[in-house]
Amino acid sequence: MPHNAIDAAGAGKGSALSYLSGYVLAILLTLAAFLPVMTRVLSPEETFIVIFAVAAAQILVHLRCFLHLDGSSEQRWNRAALLFTALILVLIVGGEIWIMFSLHARTMLAPAAMPSPPNGA
Amino acid sequence: MPDTAIEVLNTDILEDMFASAEGQGEAESVASTAFGFWLYIMSDCILFAALFATFVVLSRNYAGGPTGRELFDLRETLLETFSLLTSSVTCGFAMLALHREERGGVISWLAVTFLFGLGFVVMEVREFLHMAAIGSGPWRSGFLSAFFTLVGAHGTHVAIGLVWMAFMIVQILAKGLTASVQSRLLRLSMFWHFLDIIWVGVFTVVYLNGVY
Amino acid sequence: MFGRLTLSAIPYHNPIIMGGVSIAVISAVIVIGAITYFGKWTYLWREWLTSVDHKRIGVMYIILALVMLLRGFADAIMMRAQQAMAFGPNHGYLPPEHFDQIFTAHGTIMIYFMAMPFLIGLINVAVPLQIGARDVVFPFMNAVSLWLAVISAMLVMVSLGVGEFSKGGWSGYPPLTELPFSPGVGVDYWIWALQLTGIGTLMTGINFLVTILRMRAPGMTLMRMPVFAWTALCTSMLIVLAFPVLTVTLALLALDRYVGTHFFTAGAGGNLMMYTNLFWTWGHPEVYILILPAFGIYSEVTASFSGKRLFGYAQMVYATVAITVLSFVVWLHHFFTMGASANVNAAFGIATMLIAIPTGVKIFNWLFTMFRGRLCFTPPILWTLGFIVTFVIGGVSGVVLALPPADYVLHNSEFLVAHFHNMLIPGSLFGFFAGYEYWFPKAFGFRLSEKWGRRAFWAWLIGFYVAFMPLYVLGFMGMPRRMQHYDNPAWHPWLEIAAAGVAIIAFGIACQIAELVVSIRDRAQARDRTGDPWGGRTLEWWLASPPPFYNFARIPLVHDIDAFADMKERGIAYRRPAAYHDIHMPKNSGIAFVIGILAFVLGFALIWHIWWASILSLLGILGCILARAWSEDVSWHVPAEEVAEIEDRRYRALISAMAPATEEARRGEGLVHA
Repeated sequence: MPHNAIDAAGAGKGSALSYLSGYVLAILLTLAAFLPVMTRVLSPEETFIVIFAVAAAQILVHLRCFLHLDGSSEQRWNRAALLFTALILVLIVGGEIWIMFSLHARTMLAPAAMPSPPNGA
Repeated sequence: MPDTAIEVLNTDILEDMFASAEGQGEAESVASTAFGFWLYIMSDCILFAALFATFVVLSRNYAGGPTGRELFDLRETLLETFSLLTSSVTCGFAMLALHREERGGVISWLAVTFLFGLGFVVMEVREFLHMAAIGSGPWRSGFLSAFFTLVGAHGTHVAIGLVWMAFMIVQILAKGLTASVQSRLLRLSMFWHFLDIIWVGVFTVVYLNGVY
Repeated sequence: MFGRLTLSAIPYHNPIIMGGVSIAVISAVIVIGAITYFGKWTYLWREWLTSVDHKRIGVMYIILALVMLLRGFADAIMMRAQQAMAFGPNHGYLPPEHFDQIFTAHGTIMIYFMAMPFLIGLINVAVPLQIGARDVVFPFMNAVSLWLAVISAMLVMVSLGVGEFSKGGWSGYPPLTELPFSPGVGVDYWIWALQLTGIGTLMTGINFLVTILRMRAPGMTLMRMPVFAWTALCTSMLIVLAFPVLTVTLALLALDRYVGTHFFTAGAGGNLMMYTNLFWTWGHPEVYILILPAFGIYSEVTASFSGKRLFGYAQMVYATVAITVLSFVVWLHHFFTMGASANVNAAFGIATMLIAIPTGVKIFNWLFTMFRGRLCFTPPILWTLGFIVTFVIGGVSGVVLALPPADYVLHNSEFLVAHFHNMLIPGSLFGFFAGYEYWFPKAFGFRLSEKWGRRAFWAWLIGFYVAFMPLYVLGFMGMPRRMQHYDNPAWHPWLEIAAAGVAIIAFGIACQIAELVVSIRDRAQARDRTGDPWGGRTLEWWLASPPPFYNFARIPLVHDIDAFADMKERGIAYRRPAAYHDIHMPKNSGIAFVIGILAFVLGFALIWHIWWASILSLLGILGCILARAWSEDVSWHVPAEEVAEIEDRRYRALISAMAPATEEARRGEGLVHA
């Protein structure tokens, strides 16, 4: 039965409640990111931390409330794939930024965009 | 040494040897397809990660041209964000209607999703055209190249999602909620939610960070 | 109307190029003529070009690989000849513009159009059979992947006669590959051929990841899977996570060339070091994509021909997974000299040395598998032994290069060229040759000539040493790579030796052609009548050779590693099931082939700036995808009676093949090898 086919793939886990609560949370988190920047009440460093923390939280809200990713055993491989991708993502993006800023500090005439110690760690 | 006498044996002796089920049932088949699509989404995460990393590296390369602070209007970005977010929720409602096997409900919610998604794309295209008109197109600087490509790649994905959505509406009207249509809708909703997640990254890294 | 394409794009005045074009065109005409003469177009269309069967798709991938091996090898012969003669007053026969295209084409073809299709083909042929599946999860997408690879290779072939190819090396670094220094079509051919085949490869990665994770026979846990299936799984993970970076890298370069963006330009805020970084973020996992399937093949071959279970199965699995993860943390070792800090270089240098460890574990496990086994010196085992000895040399040279200070001296020298060929040829290529000979009987129903196989092996092995060991010496003597001409007299004799090595390898390739021709001619004598010519241990050897289109009449229940060996030990391998079921199979489809053709048009049109054709072909591809999505008629059911008929024929053939008194039967039991 088609009904069961979709259930088996995990879509049946949604409910009006999960979508609406996700919506409200996402709106709040969006405002929490935009407002500090638009009103400039915080320092640049504090704003930077806030907007990234809030973005991470909102991504988790989307994953849980909209994509229904949870701790269940049916979702095991989806979680595994996501976690492994996230690991590789951190390695690639982190590595790239580290490398490019080191190169920038040591090869470009203009001062580096981000402060770095003399050895360019 | 292999047995050279080949006989038909009782099934119970062979219970140990052959699987009773015949391959994948329909439910498992849908789950396999969905998992495959999830893996495509993982690969797309890497694709966007490379674009994000490129953007970060080039984000201060203004080449004497305009900066993010000069170009970005955060109110417009906020409006785009709400448009896309709302479309994500209405897409969720479409899936709920699918679960209840309500053909009309699915089509209606998909149409609403389409409209909010279209609104997002229209706003973004207007932003791009405006920037190009004032000489701040992708050819102006490394920063702008990266901006247009990252945001444009996301926008292109959304546009493709809209084409897919329109196709699904037509297919539902013509064929109803068959098993393959349902499976396809599941993948479309995964795609749509994923695009909203990427957008969270875009507005954070590009717009909010860029305005500082 | 035709963009920037004009008749002057055809290099009429260059005899060498026109010679190459003539060979290609004449070969194509002969093939087309033969198909027409034998009246096989309908058969070809129905059984091969529209096939979604993984076994057929795998064979076509391997045919592509072998054909492109010849083209890439022709490039190698030309380069070695040039370098052997272009010393001092002699400038050889290849001007720099031509030589540069040749080394670019050689690398590009060997990696993207020989090695990748070869390994994908072998994975296609063997893995679904090994895990007890009827096909991959996305058979149609599998066909699309194949045709994207084929037409991309055709784009590269077309560049020989229409326009030019890139001169930027297989890695395509800017600013050389940006418009100011490469205004012609060469780099565009390179970009679009790679982009199109890359999309196909990404689809393959997804396909096999899902297939291996979800379509294993009941009872086959991941830790009971054949090692080749494990390496295919890890290769697929690498593909899914690495290829998107290549897609982005090529797209950004294309945007610079087509739209005038400034990603990698020298100026206006571009950062050309970014390209190198991005390219190798893909490029390093890519070389592990190239080697892991070969490692898997060596495991299968070693266990089969030692007559023993593989030593340390779990360690092999962990080593493979470790290599998979570590391959994402070493990429900077390809550009130690670009100028990053000592800390950055040291971190990546250490990671690079670490990645040698799991490979070392594998080598020891293969040796321990052979120890106290009864080794059968078939060609596949010869390739394996040649690999073990020779690959270690390349691995050691890699550890040397992993030291940043050493790399500062050796980067981009012939030492590097020797190192990576030492990895790719004895590592990947020997493995693919072993796999080709190992699974050939399964795919076609008859064995390859062992006599010619042995000759090919020895020629390749000796030829490899003679061709590449001098390059290590040349690297230490300071010779850079990719030189069209040089003045240092000390280098000359070594390059002559290297050229001789290539001639020996050429003899090896000739032996491989003979191997195929002779085996086809003598196939009646070398028939694999039982499906198990080697005394195999894994499930593919349970089936007939070639298997029926549905693979397994009944999905087996698995109880242990080496599922088929387990069945043989318990005496149930050839018992016939009491009943058969209807089998659900995908239908063939011509849409995959059409998508391929349209993709070729798209690539060609983008290269030559024929915008209307680009848009139309892109819309055409979209139309094909929508047409396929609209269609509900994509599968059929094989009635149980038809399955029973096919299986009964199989069992009758088995009975006659296993009549005890004959030599044939003993071969079938795997006790004697021809």
